[in-house]
Amino acid sequence: MMNYFKMAYRNLGRHRRRSILSGLALALGTTLLMFIAAFFTGEMRSSMETTLRLNTGHIQVQNADYDPDKLSVAWEYLIENPDQTAAQIGSLDPVHVATPRLAASGIVSVRDESAGAQIMGIVPESEANDPYRDGIVSGEFLAADDREGILIGLPLADSLNLKAGDSINLLINTSDGDVDEQQFTIRGIFTTGTSAWDKGIVFLPLAKAQTFARAENHASMIFVLLKDREQADEVAAAIQGEGIKVKTWTEMNELLVMVEDFSNAYLAVINLIVLGVTATVIVNTLLMSVFERTREIGVLSAIGMKGRQVIALFLAEAFLLAVSGVGAGSLAGWALSAYFAKVGVYFGDLGIGAEMLLEDRIYTYLTLDSAITLIVTAFLITILASLYPARMASRMEPVEALRGAQ
Amino acid sequence: MEVAKLTDVTRVYRIGEVQTRALNGVSLTIGNGEFTSLVGPSGSGKTTLLQLIGCLDRPSSGSVVINGQETTNLNRNQRADLRKGTIGFVFQFFALIPTLTAYENVEMPLLLNGRTPAQRKQRAMELLEAVDLKDRAHHRPDQLSGGQQQRVAVARALSTNPTMILADEPTANLDTSNGEQVMEIMKKLNKETGVTFVFATHDPRVIKYASRVVTLRDGVIEKDEIK
Ligand SMILES: Nc1ncnc2c1ncn2[C@@H]1O[C@H](COP(=O)(O)OP(=O)(O)OP(=O)(O)O)[C@@H](O)[C@H]1O
Ligand SMILES: [Mg+2]
Repeated sequence: MMNYFKMAYRNLGRHRRRSILSGLALALGTTLLMFIAAFFTGEMRSSMETTLRLNTGHIQVQNADYDPDKLSVAWEYLIENPDQTAAQIGSLDPVHVATPRLAASGIVSVRDESAGAQIMGIVPESEANDPYRDGIVSGEFLAADDREGILIGLPLADSLNLKAGDSINLLINTSDGDVDEQQFTIRGIFTTGTSAWDKGIVFLPLAKAQTFARAENHASMIFVLLKDREQADEVAAAIQGEGIKVKTWTEMNELLVMVEDFSNAYLAVINLIVLGVTATVIVNTLLMSVFERTREIGVLSAIGMKGRQVIALFLAEAFLLAVSGVGAGSLAGWALSAYFAKVGVYFGDLGIGAEMLLEDRIYTYLTLDSAITLIVTAFLITILASLYPARMASRMEPVEALRGAQ
Repeated sequence: MEVAKLTDVTRVYRIGEVQTRALNGVSLTIGNGEFTSLVGPSGSGKTTLLQLIGCLDRPSSGSVVINGQETTNLNRNQRADLRKGTIGFVFQFFALIPTLTAYENVEMPLLLNGRTPAQRKQRAMELLEAVDLKDRAHHRPDQLSGGQQQRVAVARALSTNPTMILADEPTANLDTSNGEQVMEIMKKLNKETGVTFVFATHDPRVIKYASRVVTLRDGVIEKDEIK
């Protein structure tokens, strides 16, 4: 055993630059793939987390006829006595927080500029609104009894040149199909780090939103966050009532779940392509040494080395290349992923809708699982590919090998 | 006792349409302890004959018996097995493994024969001493002269105590004094250990060491003289 590796090591040393280059190719491939895997995982995690935290929650209780795309506050889409239902759900053990929200469509206008926005009525003190409370960049958060205050996102404030304390006009589509208009004072400006979400939503206290939309004592949904999102199905089964439907996060985020599956398949394809290329480099290196060492293989064979020992000799070379290449590559990939897990990669608003929210900065996230899978795959592909040159060497007849190089 | 017995051996090389009868009905018996030289003009079939005796190749027809064992039907691995314990090789172009030191080159056949490290060390050093290269044991081939390399090759060929050593033009790439030194060593080992030597050569200075000279011409044995 030891002797194969000793010989393999020296053989690699004969063409040091070539060996280093092919090890480097393998290392680069591994680094790249590890970083891509960490990036994809980070992106999917961020997207899932952000979308759940800001948009869908883990569970929503809605009117049986509610259509989230319409943003309509017509009576037939709303649920009655939301406070009571929310309190009931909130008392369930696995539930972290349950809070009513009223979602209506509207237009923000100031001077001669305007922008469409979702108007969200929230119960300010609910913990479900922490992302906004914690994200206040100027002014302050809403109070429940505020009747003139509004909360807007930073991108909207920037595009309309607004600051806390300024007045804006808000148009709303009311429950009876009318349009109403009123002036509000900006109490605070928030950011969740997700421009795609922040630019299109404004917040009012629920009570004010209900009056403004003429939807007294009604809400569009009960927004529920769980202690553990894996319990969504159990909790949803426990919530029942007439004329309502209960949606879990998987149901509300079919697109996202699909994208996640797709991105895994996509990642596997990228892996195979990149590793295929690095394997070609390794095979090429080994083939060159098989050809260069034709006579030597003949001599070894003449003094009694058997076919499988010749294979072992070349596989030992591949093994050393794989260990150093994959080893160095995974170290670099890990370091790179760790760095960007801290610093993040800034992408800004990628313009993806609320079904797949992405924070403006994506943080890589390397799982042990994906790292191990990659290392093992890279290693196996390298060794498997090397079987070809190794077998070729082992099949050389000693005479031909000896003559070949004369 | 005979170490090799060839009966009516032919070897035909085919390249495309062209057939070359390198050996054409050769029968030859090599006895134990011989120091035999194969001579003959270039292309007469010396190398081909050595390769058949050494089980590096198979005859087109006829039979090759080594140490009493019929070899014509052995496969590649079986032939490797047969070679590694019984036949040693010395090639014209030295043919040491360039990444291994002189010591490691001599050790290699012992390794392939599964000897223990202690056995290997003792045997390899003993042989390097026999070819007068003990002080060069840890030199790589490229740090040795041609004559020294060929002596390492002789030591390597001897390491597993083979019954027979086949040498193809062992002195062709050596100057006179180095060539004679290698021949002296081979002759000495032949006398001391009784190992059989068969070598192919053109070199008249080498032929004079032989105790038997077999002359080939166009693939047949023309003369077989014992001196
Ligand atoms: N692999 C081969 N393919 C085709 N022809 C070959 C092959 N090997 C040898 N021959 C032919 O067989 C004949 C004998 O060759 P061989 O090498 O045995 O001669 P030799 O006596 O060793 O010659 P030299 O003294 O030049 O080494 C030659 O005509 C040669 O061209
Ligand atoms: Mg020849």
